[in-house]
Amino acid sequence: MARRYDSSTTTFSPEGRLHQVEYAIEAINNAGTCVGILASDGIIMASERRVNSPLLAPAKVSEKTYKISGHVTTCVAGLTADANILIEEARLSAGRYFHKYQCPMPVEQLVEHVCNYKQAYTQYGGLRPFGVAFLFGGWDSEYGFQLYQSDPSGNYSGWKATCIGANNQAGKSLLKNEYNKDEEGLPNLETALKLAVKVLNKTMDAAATSGDKFELYSMKLDKATGLCVHHILTKEEAQKVLDAVAAESASAGDE
Amino acid sequence: MMGMSGPNSDLVNFSDFIRANVKLYELMNNGATLTTDAQANFVRGTLATALRKGPYQVNLLLGGFDVADKKAGLYYMDYMASMHPVNFGVQGYASNFCLSIFDRDWKEGLTQEEGVKIVEKCINELQTRFLVAQPNFIIKVVDEKGVRTLSFGEDPADV
Repeated sequence: MARRYDSSTTTFSPEGRLHQVEYAIEAINNAGTCVGILASDGIIMASERRVNSPLLAPAKVSEKTYKISGHVTTCVAGLTADANILIEEARLSAGRYFHKYQCPMPVEQLVEHVCNYKQAYTQYGGLRPFGVAFLFGGWDSEYGFQLYQSDPSGNYSGWKATCIGANNQAGKSLLKNEYNKDEEGLPNLETALKLAVKVLNKTMDAAATSGDKFELYSMKLDKATGLCVHHILTKEEAQKVLDAVAAESASAGDE
Repeated sequence: MMGMSGPNSDLVNFSDFIRANVKLYELMNNGATLTTDAQANFVRGTLATALRKGPYQVNLLLGGFDVADKKAGLYYMDYMASMHPVNFGVQGYASNFCLSIFDRDWKEGLTQEEGVKIVEKCINELQTRFLVAQPNFIIKVVDEKGVRTLSFGEDPADV
C-alpha cells in the first residue's frame, strides 16, 4: 500500500507519513557513525573513518568534520555530495550574519537556517530530500556550548550526547547508560572523549585497534581571546585515548 | 536609542525601518536581543547599502546598554555610513561648541549624574554662544533599566 504514496516527497501517505523523508533517514544508517558529546568545557565529536579501498588517497583535512565558522563545526553522516551543498549553505549563512551584525551567529539560529533549507525539499519542488544527518557543535555568548542533531526532515534538537549513522541505536543506548551517570552537571572533555571512543568501539563492526580508524574532534574556548579552539586529534593523541579506554574496560572487567 | 539629525522624511523612514527590523529579530529568535554593537553594525550596514543607491541623509548617535555584559556603548555614525565607537559624540553645528567641553570634562568612570551635568553644561554653552540655538532640549538616558526621559524641557508654545 505504501508504494503508491512513496514516490513523491510532497505526498503524505494515508498513515500520515512522508515516505521519501523516511527513506532518506534510512540511507544515513549505512554511513559511518558520528558521536557528539557535550562537556562542561567543550564539545567532542567523534567519527568513524571508513576506508573502502586501500587505493584511496587520504583526506586532506577530513571527510566527516567540517568547520562552518569560527565558532561552529559540523560532523556529517550520509551522502557526502548532499552534505557539501548544505555545508556551503551553512557557511554562507554564518558569513552573511557576521557581515550584517559583525558578531558570530547564535548557534541555534544557524542550525535552524540549515534545517529550514532542508525542509523545503520535503514540501516543494518535487526534489528528493538531502540524504544527510548532521551533528552541529558550537559556542555562543548567550548559551555557551551547544550540540544539535539534524536530519533530512529538517527537524533538529539539542542534545547532551547523541549518535548518528550506522548502529546509532546501539550508540544511543550506551550513551543513555553511561553519560554522566554518577555526576552532577556535565562531564569534562577528557571523560567525554573516552566515552565517545567507547561508543564508537561499540558501533563499529570491529573494535578499532589503531587511531586512524577514528577521527576525534574537540572544541574548546580559549578564555584569553574568547575564540573557539578547534582540534582534530593527531594519530598519537588518539592512540593515547584508545589505550586509556582499553585499560579502563579491562580493569572494569567489561568485555 | 538613537539620536538623529537630518531631513524629517529620511529620519522618520530610517528610524522606523531600524526599529521594525530590530523588533523582527527578537520575534524571530525567541526573544533573543541584539547587542548594541550588533545593532550599530546593522544600522551602518543599512546606510552603506543605501549609499550608492539612494542614501539616507541621516546623521546619528546610537547608544545602548547590554544587560548581559553590563556595558554601555555609544556609536557615532554619519550619512556616509562611517561609524566609530566613541566615549562622547555630537552631531551638527553643536559639535563646534560642545566637543571641546567633552574633551575637557569627560573621563573614564563617570557616574550618570556627572554625565548629565556635562550635558547641561553643553546646553548652556549653546544657548549662550550659538546664534540659532533652540530653547528646548530633551535629555534621555539608557541604562540597565532601559530607556527613559530625564528632562522634556518646556514647550516654547506654552511660554
